[in-house]
Amino acid sequence: MLTDIFILIWKEWKEVFLQRSSGRMGLLSLLIFVGMFGIFFPLQSGVEWLTTPVSMAIAMWMPIFLVLGLVTDAFAGERERHTLETLLASRLSDTAILFGKIGAGVAYGFTFALVTLIVGAITINIAFPAGGFKFYAPALFFGGLAFSLLACLLVASLGVLVSLRSPTARVAYQKLSIVMLVIVLLPTLLLPLLPENTRLSLQLALQNANWNTIILVAALVLIGAVVILIAAARARFQRAKLILD
Amino acid sequence: MTAVAIRTQNLTRTFETVRAVDGISFEVPPGIVFGFLGPNGSGKTTTIRLLLGLLEPTSGSAEVLGFSTATQSDAIRQRCGALLEHTGLYERMTAEDNLEFYGRVWHLSPAERQQRIHELLAAVGLWDRRKEPVGNWSRGMKQKLAVARAMLHRPQVLFLDEPTAGLDPLAAVALRDELATIVRQQGITVFLTTHNLTEAEKLCQQVAVIRQGQLMMIGSPDELRLRQGGSRLEIVGRGFTEAALSVLRQQPQVKEVTHQDQHITITLQDEADTAPLVPLLVAQGVQIDEVRRGKASLEEVFLTLMEEDKHVD
Repeated sequence: MLTDIFILIWKEWKEVFLQRSSGRMGLLSLLIFVGMFGIFFPLQSGVEWLTTPVSMAIAMWMPIFLVLGLVTDAFAGERERHTLETLLASRLSDTAILFGKIGAGVAYGFTFALVTLIVGAITINIAFPAGGFKFYAPALFFGGLAFSLLACLLVASLGVLVSLRSPTARVAYQKLSIVMLVIVLLPTLLLPLLPENTRLSLQLALQNANWNTIILVAALVLIGAVVILIAAARARFQRAKLILD
Repeated sequence: MTAVAIRTQNLTRTFETVRAVDGISFEVPPGIVFGFLGPNGSGKTTTIRLLLGLLEPTSGSAEVLGFSTATQSDAIRQRCGALLEHTGLYERMTAEDNLEFYGRVWHLSPAERQQRIHELLAAVGLWDRRKEPVGNWSRGMKQKLAVARAMLHRPQVLFLDEPTAGLDPLAAVALRDELATIVRQQGITVFLTTHNLTEAEKLCQQVAVIRQGQLMMIGSPDELRLRQGGSRLEIVGRGFTEAALSVLRQQPQVKEVTHQDQHITITLQDEADTAPLVPLLVAQGVQIDEVRRGKASLEEVFLTLMEEDKHVD
């Protein structure tokens, strides 16, 4: 099973890099991405980059956009390019295909998050040399990576679910972008609508909150959401349905 | 190997109001090329999808290599190869990468993959172009590559859904010849759907004719020709007068006579003795240049079947 998942990841990566290398911007866009989050922001932030949670928040958000493009193409793109039926007629199991598609997105986003964080640390050490090699605090680094992984998993499983239900990759991308926009913008739009005293009590609660508990709850919520989305995608993945769609 | 490669029993698949496959029952012995003939929309592709376990039947059952399509479709797909309606090639990837991917999917070892990719690409004349992305290739080249991909893991049964559809005549002949060679070398069972009768005639040891989801006829191309068209005599010459043709039509061994320009076609009763017919025509003043005895082509059988069914409708 694991071998099959890795085989599918190999194919997805091969396709995505070939697509990128054939485009006008090509792989340059990926380098710009790494340059922005791995060099520019760390240089702006200075040595603090290695201790501030902002770097980890970026590590969590940044890969989401990379995963988004890849996973929406997962099934809708194969359907659009008429390669899906041949893939479904192969010996690969439903689970291997589904997890291969999700895994490709997660591995893609997570690898870039990891590379960007490491490039960021190297940038700080080169730009601000002092003593030996400095790196992120272990708790911050591993915590950031764990949340980055969860964020990638969340977007990948949501993206694959949307892709399963979309006729083309473009439609899947549009649908998922709207969902992401709602998730990001809704709190920003709703917060000012809350009564003044509610907002104050919320602010107070956040100031006095135990951050360890909040992080733990956030992680559990993310894991729960990932489990639900994967279960939904698993239920939706039916060869007959995919072919007739 | 099982005694029967493919077996269906009252296999039926309905899509809302349309009965795409309507209670078909047939058996395909192993090691032959089995042609599944029918016009567009007759249920050929749906039958392949049912046999591969990609669709569930509404009723009836099917087995491929002894495995039930309803409960053991994974085992079927493990042992079969397929070239479906579309080539299914990843167009951004090179020919070699396409085969490499499916070689990995079927767990061929790296050495086996390398050897098999070389063998198949050479067989279809694409070895020199293996490093090219397939997106810019002609349809014929893509079809050849797709055939190679379908055969990569040495399947026991190969499903080919109209492999020469959309190809120009030269490309179609080339692909057909290569297909025949490869199939002969590998000795596998091939389930081939087509509406190209020449293709079926050249490649298939057995054929079944399907129309509107129903099986019309099954047998070897020769059996079909005999059963449907019987044997016939073609005579080229001059002086085919109405009187001569009328005398000819009265003969007990003659079923039908058609006259066109300087030749007539006589459809004969089964086991008919044709020897007296030529002297009879000569006696009627016909000058005979050439006499050919033959059978109806599969195309004629097919067209007759389609016509008969239209009349029934």
